Amino acid sequence: MNFTNNSASKTIEARSAQEKTLNISFIVFCQIFAWSVAGVLIWIAVLVGLQAIPAMSKFGLGFITTSSWNPPQEFYGVWPEIYGTLASSSIALSIAVPIGLGVAIFLSEDYLPSLMQRILVFLVELLAAIPSVVFGLWGIFVLIPFLKNITPLKSPAMLPAALVLAIMILPTIAAISRDSMINVPQDLRQAAYGVGATRWETIIQILIPAASSGIIGGIMLALGRALGETMAVTMLIGNANKVSLSLFAPANSIAARLANQFAEASGLQIAALMYAALILFGLTFTINVIAQLLVTRLQRI
Amino acid sequence: MLSNNSGSASSLWAINTDSLEYNPNSFRTRFGMFMTGLAGLFTIAAIIPLFIVLSYLIVNGIEHVSFSSFFELPPQALTQNKGGFGNALLGTLTMVGIGLGLSVPIGIMAGIYLSEFSPPKLAYWLRFATNVLSGVPSIIVGTFAYGVLVVTFKTYSAWAGGFALAILMLPIIVRTTDESLQLIPQDVRQASAGIGANDYQTVLQIVVPSAIPAIVTGVTLAVARAAGETAPLIYTAGFNQFWPEFNLESLSSEPIASLSVLIYQFGTSPYKNQQQLAWAASFILMIMVMFTNIIARVATAKRKF
Repeated sequence: MNFTNNSASKTIEARSAQEKTLNISFIVFCQIFAWSVAGVLIWIAVLVGLQAIPAMSKFGLGFITTSSWNPPQEFYGVWPEIYGTLASSSIALSIAVPIGLGVAIFLSEDYLPSLMQRILVFLVELLAAIPSVVFGLWGIFVLIPFLKNITPLKSPAMLPAALVLAIMILPTIAAISRDSMINVPQDLRQAAYGVGATRWETIIQILIPAASSGIIGGIMLALGRALGETMAVTMLIGNANKVSLSLFAPANSIAARLANQFAEASGLQIAALMYAALILFGLTFTINVIAQLLVTRLQRI
Repeated sequence: MLSNNSGSASSLWAINTDSLEYNPNSFRTRFGMFMTGLAGLFTIAAIIPLFIVLSYLIVNGIEHVSFSSFFELPPQALTQNKGGFGNALLGTLTMVGIGLGLSVPIGIMAGIYLSEFSPPKLAYWLRFATNVLSGVPSIIVGTFAYGVLVVTFKTYSAWAGGFALAILMLPIIVRTTDESLQLIPQDVRQASAGIGANDYQTVLQIVVPSAIPAIVTGVTLAVARAAGETAPLIYTAGFNQFWPEFNLESLSSEPIASLSVLIYQFGTSPYKNQQQLAWAASFILMIMVMFTNIIARVATAKRKF
């Protein structure tokens, strides 16, 4: 009732020491957790590296070029796996990049009414949500029998694995390329139309170059995903420890090697598998870092 | 004056007006039409696999799924027993639950730091690390969890599987929290500070509550991803024919089944009844994943500030 100066000054007295400590400790707490995310990344690299040391000291860099996996004699090399990983990923990319770019263009320029465009974008995103083990199951029981009818395919092999990989990485390429095409300022389109370019001349000569860092970043992210993709590849690639140029021959990938053998491995074989995991980690890490640099550059335009 | 001007202009510019007219037979027009057709075709080609996979799942799944599938144990090989995936469903829920328990508090706090407190340079690099972590292949995360927990305790366990799933979920939760907090207008924070709130009061009582729908969406997407993951569970959680027991000792010392590992093992098994169960489990897993995804996306679409 009695609003005196005295009571007003009481309500705005300085914060208590306790409250200040609470405030600071909350921020520090958040900070520790934020750093822990980066910490996990380093922890992964260090831990896998440490466990790989016995194999690294025994096989050295020859591990990469040797194509033998022989637990009884404790002699290991991952050349077929590295070849299979790179080959399956590049085949998948060569299929998914043109299709993904086509999707990105078709769903970012005004070809369709916006409702239809939104539905199609949603469907492409939904494709990314299908678990890879489900793709693997579908590949075993539907895709491989189908391919056996129309190609010389006889067993699980490189071709079905690469095809399913292409389906799996397509949404990544399409979504990120689409984002970067949409981010190109409207002025550039209008300027191109103004000097008489057709829609496709604008797309090819103006929009794609302007969006290129995002598009390449998206392709690199997709490559990173393809290199590390495990279940679908493990179930479809045939797990044969040899290098073959044929699409219809069984092959192997680093991730498939890990998924197949880790559970039964012991001793030096664990170290060899850790070494293989370290190679895969290094490969995907490098590609992801480059991709992130490209994609963040896109956001700054 | 005016007519003179326009006259001289037309004599200057009227070089060849043909090229300004629409010509349906020109190369440029035809090229454009061809490319438009191609892009449309590619879009259809991208959607087709979704429908093929879904239709096979629905046809094969409904045929083999029944009410009892949810409450029975997986069948042994070479029996006529149809069995079910009850223990695997329970295992998936358990491990996703453990993963959530670990990743939600850490992820949300980290997201709060990135959006509210960190200096811009540091935030840039921490976001960078978060994005790179989300690109680490799931099999490597499994290998890591194996090295951390399975090697130390010499056994597969629900904890090891849940730990691996937590690492997969963490970057998704950090990123969505960070992004959704950044969308809250600065005015809200200033108003809160203006009436005397502390940093933590502003964040916990004002900023985070208004971003809750978006954060929940992020957590839901993380759950959808984790539920479908197989690779990180094969040699951290393993597989188990029997029901999981929910006490601390069993959870930390016994392998535990999951829907995704069941699909992998039974899908690659030569026995008919096990293959059929793999289809049934895929169907249920797919429904779970699609459902969470659609809910998350519909919720995001409605969000407005």
